[in-house]
Amino acid sequence: MSTAAAGHHEHDDHGPAKGWTRWLYTTNHKDIGTLYLLFALVMFFIGGGMALIIRAELFQPGLQLVDPLFFNSMTTMHALVMIFGVVMPAFVGLANWMIPMMIGGPDMALPRMNNWSFWIMPFAFLLLLSTLFMEGGGPAGGWTLYAPLSLQGPDSFAFVIFSIHFMGISSVMGSINIVATIFNMRAPGMSLMQMPLFVWTWLITAYLLIAVIPVLAGAVTMLLTDRFFGTSFFNAAGGGDPVMYQHIFWFFGHPEVYILILPAFGIISSIIPTFARKPLFGYASMVYATASIAFLSFIVWAHHMFTVGMPLAGEMFFMFATMMISVPTGVKVFNWVATMWRGSMTFETPMLFAIGFLVMFTIGGLSGLMLAITPADIQYHDTYFVVAHFHYVLVPGAIYSIMAATYYWLPKWTGNMYDEKWGKIHFWVSTVFLNVLFFPMHFVGLAGMPRRIPDYNLQFADWNAIATIGAFGFGFSQLIFVYVIFKCIKGGAKATDEVWDGAEGLEWTVPSPAPYHTFEKPPAQYS
Amino acid sequence: MPTLSRLSLVAILSLIGSAARADINMPVGVTPISKEVYGLHMLIFWICCAIGTVVFAVMFYSIFKHRKSKGAVAADFHESTVVEIIWTAVPLVILIAMAIPAAKTLIAMEDTSDAEVTIKVTGYQWKWHYEYLDSGINFFSNLDADHNAARQVDSGIDVSQFDNYLKEVDNPLVLPVGKKVRFLHTSADVIHSWWVPALAVKKDAIPGFINENWALIEEPGIYRGKCTELCGRDHGFMPVVVRALPEDEYNAWVAENAPVEEPVMTESTGAATATAVASADDDREWSMDELMAAGETVYNNQCASCHQVGGEGLAGAFPAITGSAIATGDHAAHIDIVYAGKPGSAMAAFASRLSNSDMAAVLTYQRNALGNSVGDTIQPSAIKALR
Repeated sequence: MSTAAAGHHEHDDHGPAKGWTRWLYTTNHKDIGTLYLLFALVMFFIGGGMALIIRAELFQPGLQLVDPLFFNSMTTMHALVMIFGVVMPAFVGLANWMIPMMIGGPDMALPRMNNWSFWIMPFAFLLLLSTLFMEGGGPAGGWTLYAPLSLQGPDSFAFVIFSIHFMGISSVMGSINIVATIFNMRAPGMSLMQMPLFVWTWLITAYLLIAVIPVLAGAVTMLLTDRFFGTSFFNAAGGGDPVMYQHIFWFFGHPEVYILILPAFGIISSIIPTFARKPLFGYASMVYATASIAFLSFIVWAHHMFTVGMPLAGEMFFMFATMMISVPTGVKVFNWVATMWRGSMTFETPMLFAIGFLVMFTIGGLSGLMLAITPADIQYHDTYFVVAHFHYVLVPGAIYSIMAATYYWLPKWTGNMYDEKWGKIHFWVSTVFLNVLFFPMHFVGLAGMPRRIPDYNLQFADWNAIATIGAFGFGFSQLIFVYVIFKCIKGGAKATDEVWDGAEGLEWTVPSPAPYHTFEKPPAQYS
Repeated sequence: MPTLSRLSLVAILSLIGSAARADINMPVGVTPISKEVYGLHMLIFWICCAIGTVVFAVMFYSIFKHRKSKGAVAADFHESTVVEIIWTAVPLVILIAMAIPAAKTLIAMEDTSDAEVTIKVTGYQWKWHYEYLDSGINFFSNLDADHNAARQVDSGIDVSQFDNYLKEVDNPLVLPVGKKVRFLHTSADVIHSWWVPALAVKKDAIPGFINENWALIEEPGIYRGKCTELCGRDHGFMPVVVRALPEDEYNAWVAENAPVEEPVMTESTGAATATAVASADDDREWSMDELMAAGETVYNNQCASCHQVGGEGLAGAFPAITGSAIATGDHAAHIDIVYAGKPGSAMAAFASRLSNSDMAAVLTYQRNALGNSVGDTIQPSAIKALR
């Protein structure tokens, strides 16, 4: 079965083109997936470097290293790079590589657009990062770009807005491509409810992106005209409304949070059954839970705004709706645990990262439930408690899922097994430092340390010093990740086609490494 | 895996063991609302701990028992509608139980009726302005000057000498104990947020909006907080300090500080001005030394955050005063930019924020310090003439 559809070349010119133009002109989903993933890896270190500048300044009270304006610029850029430059491109890269192989299709439905979606990204980020070297520096009003503060920024703000437009265009094109692929390229006979959960979660994510990226584009365009062309959308003195910006932004921003985590749910739902050697518990309920989370994500946005002065009825609605999200999210966690229950588990690196995800994402989810309680949120809001919360769901959540996916599918991509010993070391070192980094943030946040400040009272000094040690430890341990990836690309023990003992799914039926073209003839098992 | 579980166990235990410690937990506070909020916080915290304990216990039991190396053979079950319904319904019930007390507290928090004292709190980059609507007292509250000197990049000053580093101001907000105080929040420039943890009061100060909030302080004391909405370069340096006094002491303080005359209203903000704008002193000729001495203080309090203590500004963001065409040019343009501000930029209008003599002093200081040496003075009478 393992050599089924692959390897039967009908033309001689079917392999990758030679030279660097291969990467520029490629329309192959595997090449483009690789480009996305490598881009995300590079941006991960750029965004991480910014985080280390932030943590270095916060190591001690007093200002030692940077001007407060540059500090603000670092917090702003760190978020924009990590969200738009790391997590989203990495998920799109995984979608490119895996979705066609998981549904038995030969490629993405719109391969030329696929090339364009990727190649916009490096230029978008060149625009964004170049603002740091312009007069007045980069954006320093926070990644949310709240008006009117963001409108006070230097002229380089125009570059920031254009780069966000480019990233948005790239994301929307990528999403349309994924939707078109899933609806049109499935193996004959494969019903929607037979698709792997990674495909399902990406389908739902793609719809979220198509729905909300235009909203973000609208919001930043209004900022652009307010800043440069004299409009007053958000300028109170001109009859505008600064709170409206926040409503529009978070109508994008909250679904965006789920865009950053739903594909992770799909990855974890692939990995846990493989290493528990047992089918995913409650497949259908996982699909419905994902859809419920996506729906709820549109009606909870104002929980980011409990202190702006909403009417009581509004605060009540957003509190109850936000609490509701924990129900489908809980169902997912329970299903994963039930999948592990009475399995026959082994703990290779992908499984370690998946379990790390499960434990620490749950911690982040529980602090999210605390944040939903509006009266308490008014105390938590804009403190380090929030910083701890969203880093627990994004780092051991989204980032760990991407690392788990990398280790899980790397043998399929390269044909070689990665170095298991160094993979495990990477997991354990990362996990220890990650908790040293983020757990103390709960404490200082509750004790009253606001976020986005470059200097603080002495009462917060000890925990901040510890967090900074954790940050440097976590940052440098990611070099192990790079080492393992490149070692695996260069060579290693030959991977079998199935790679993992308990692996299920079409991607494991093609040879390792996956040939340049797979499923030119659709697989037969669903018809 | 054992290392991970032990780590999380240690983390959880240390959290439980020290939940009451002020340095790692929310303060209980000194208002009825803050105590309710603390109660809700601890309730939801323990619920989360309980849920976490159950989930992690099952997970780690499975991780230890159901591993291939111990000979576990995978079962085949993968579906159960009954189980799915149970673990949808049980959390729902917990949530409803949690939502009821939360909603009650929220309703109480939003009830600003029957307040005995009303204070308008206005955010500025980067200071607070307080106005007692009942008595007319009003003043700015800046970060303490010593702290401000210490917090400059590479100041060389050891910040550990300050007991309340970055949480000390020149003029604290004075409030009575035992009376319902209503706050009206607004802003003169960008969005700020006024937070005092011990009062469980946090509300955004938004230009063009007036938000309401209230507190009933039960114990005299000094309560410190911060701005919590990113508001630009010196967001971290605009603390809030509240001094809560027993009623008789508060009344004495009001009597002592209430302005004798009607507060002067200025055109630009319609608000009562910060300090007495006009003074009999305005009509006399001030000496260069007098103006320079006063001007340095005003400059460091009002201008240095953006234009920097040495006047060099920040390229692209905040123009330099040193060598500036305006600050070394004719009087009218120099006075105008400080008096009326520059719309669409961070440069505020200081007409309502500085007295005639303070404005004259800071203008003179800018012309003759910070690397400039024009050699002339701007007199308070020139500012007075504009009003």
